[in-house]
Amino acid sequence: MIINRTRYLTQGIAKILIWTAALSTIAVMILILFQILKEGLPVLHLSFFLESPKEMGREGGIFSTIVGTGALTLVAIVVGAPLGVGTAIFLREYTREGKVSRMIRFGTDCLAGVPSIIFGLFGFVFFVIRLNMGWSILSGGLTLAAMILPTVISTAEESIKAIPHSYREVSYSLGGTKWQTVTRVVLPSALPGIFTGILLSVGRSIGETAAVILTAGSSLVMPTSLFSPIRTMSVHFYILAREGISMKMAYGTGAALILFVLIINMIAQWLISRYIRHRT
Amino acid sequence: MQLQEKIVEKVLFLIALSSIFILALITFFIFEEGIPLILKVGPKAFLLGQKWIPSKGLFGIFPMIVSSFWVTIGALLLGIPLGLACTIFLSELIPPSVGTLFRPAIQLLAAIPSVIYGFWGLIVLVPLIRNYMGGPGLSILAGSLVLGFMILPTIITISEDALKALPPSYKAGAFALGATHWQTIWRVLIPAARSGIVASVILGMGRALGETMAMIMILGNAVKMPTSFLDSARTLTTNIGIEMGYASGGHRQALFATGIVLFFIIMTLNTLAIFLSKRRAH
Amino acid sequence: MSQQSKIIIKDFSFYYTSFQALKNINLNIQPKEIFTVFGPARSGKTTLLKSLNRLTDLIFGTRHTGAIFLDGMDIYDPKADLTQLRRRIGMVFDLPTPLPMSIFNNIAYGPELSGTNRRNRMDEIVEKALRSAVLWEEVKDRLHTSALRLSGGQQQRLCMARVLALEPEVLLLDEPCSGLDPISTASIEETLFQLKKDYPIILVPHNIQQASRVADRAGFFLNGELVEEGSVYQIFTKPKDKRTEDYVTGRFG
Repeated sequence: MIINRTRYLTQGIAKILIWTAALSTIAVMILILFQILKEGLPVLHLSFFLESPKEMGREGGIFSTIVGTGALTLVAIVVGAPLGVGTAIFLREYTREGKVSRMIRFGTDCLAGVPSIIFGLFGFVFFVIRLNMGWSILSGGLTLAAMILPTVISTAEESIKAIPHSYREVSYSLGGTKWQTVTRVVLPSALPGIFTGILLSVGRSIGETAAVILTAGSSLVMPTSLFSPIRTMSVHFYILAREGISMKMAYGTGAALILFVLIINMIAQWLISRYIRHRT
Repeated sequence: MQLQEKIVEKVLFLIALSSIFILALITFFIFEEGIPLILKVGPKAFLLGQKWIPSKGLFGIFPMIVSSFWVTIGALLLGIPLGLACTIFLSELIPPSVGTLFRPAIQLLAAIPSVIYGFWGLIVLVPLIRNYMGGPGLSILAGSLVLGFMILPTIITISEDALKALPPSYKAGAFALGATHWQTIWRVLIPAARSGIVASVILGMGRALGETMAMIMILGNAVKMPTSFLDSARTLTTNIGIEMGYASGGHRQALFATGIVLFFIIMTLNTLAIFLSKRRAH
Repeated sequence: MSQQSKIIIKDFSFYYTSFQALKNINLNIQPKEIFTVFGPARSGKTTLLKSLNRLTDLIFGTRHTGAIFLDGMDIYDPKADLTQLRRRIGMVFDLPTPLPMSIFNNIAYGPELSGTNRRNRMDEIVEKALRSAVLWEEVKDRLHTSALRLSGGQQQRLCMARVLALEPEVLLLDEPCSGLDPISTASIEETLFQLKKDYPIILVPHNIQQASRVADRAGFFLNGELVEEGSVYQIFTKPKDKRTEDYVTGRFG
């Protein structure tokens, strides 16, 4: 029975190692968040959120960056969500699995793998230069729309796929056309899932930096139109940290960034769990 | 009615082509900006040249390629064992109820912006490395550590999917033959999920190669061939990210050319990963 | 037989890609009768029903030969209005499928599709449909609650009311009582007797007993073939074909 003991010894060691690894991973993650929140939370007064940066960010707050982030994300969603949902509707309701759908999916998967700096280069040459939009909310928002497209498509597709086929059959048997069936039965039922996907995209847009810096610029001035350049929170955070302008402001901006992203993602997670439980 | 339906279908078809269209646009414009420079300098000089001095018109990106490679390898050295451990932990070692807590935590990890990771690396890791291991602290080591962490969610979620997709009979069969839990995991389940796990690693690699902001913040800015893990360095991504703000003319084109190389490498890796996971599905 | 048949099925064969589900069916359906289509599983009964309102068009790779006429018009004519057809021929499925909406909106769904949207008229339409399906009394106080909360039998009657709101000309019922308890089944059958006065009904019964209880005429389907048809009395007591006799007497099933 010596053999048995060795097997169990191996198992014991392996399990200890794995537990250690997993727990240290969580520990490090908590450490990272804790570090920034610890120094940053004290900075987060109401005035921090409502005042714009002064002295290149050495003083004041982050208001104009919040506005910039919001505007950019809004453009991204307004353009990206319809394109993504429309693609998902087409793939699930208007075609069968075949050459066309495979090609579209391949394109979407590839797009999902393009790194953000490449999106930045593209957005710069296409929107900023060629289409003459300059560094602006529009250039940045359109670039972000392209970046979130794969996420919106896949979550929308999953949600639409989950709608029972019987709903569609009922609608058709009552004389509904395909579009009527999609808009009156499929989409309303799939809305929670689609919304969650959009929410996740919002979270992603808020944290995006490389592509935004190259397309929306880094102006601290409050934007006046879609063609105004803006600085988002993440870009502001990056500049503060790298230029060493103000550690205090950097921590504050970082903490605000983390809080926004965490809250959005937790809402999305909650929606997912509620939605899934709701379906079953 | 019929006409309206036909129009809707055509419009939706055009919308569905948008991702392919965007991909084509990206490819076209990046290449349009960058290829002329590669041709002017010569592909060999560009890819293998070791001197990057824009003011003199010298555009060799070999040090960047090598640095990208080393940072990524380092990240994988950390990410693969840790990722695999967490995957096994998630799927085999904890009850499902705890899993529902752990998994969203992984998602949260993925949602944290890379600039936050970079910042933490800058204020915690870099001084640590500088004080205890020498060198400027801004180093490939710092980059690998942070990057290894950043790619964990990718590796974990995809590997876990691979394990979950295995037929339960594998596990039941192994136990029936008298294997311990660990033996089942290590000798049956993991090998069976091999292609999915490999796909996750390749995707993680692509993610690592494409990371820019965090790397700018902690790799330093040295445009030379790295000789040790403690050296500062510049990757393909940071090369673009750092200089794009003030480059113009041929210099700017060279950055696009760097983008072409990056794009090509990552697209190849991702296509490979997609191919692998499609195969697994059969 | 002096009045013209409501539905004429002529030499109709149906294929799911290479599998032939219906073989040369010839059948006339009269107005104001309940015709039951019975037989063992996989005989083509549901396929026949779904061919009548062209729900089979939704499945890829299907084709047919022969023709089906509704009031003398070929329903497979390329110029035929599909949505009109499906409103004229209403279908109730074997599993109750309320849409995830309120009771009221479920019933209003069909009429809304065809453009009826004056809220006032809709109240009347919904009430009339629910009365015809013998469901009004039970739900009149909770019309705007979710239809998913109804019992199985109520849901099935809801599906009937949903169809009736469109004032169809023919009703197709595919095992409407499967999964329902005897009391709900009895209430559905009672409803059918009421409906028979106004609509021709084609019914796929849950079992032979139901067929003989409810229907006027019957057709025995086996492996896609219409083996024999005639009055319910004749089919179930003096079947002409041996296969019909074997099935009806329970020698196979």
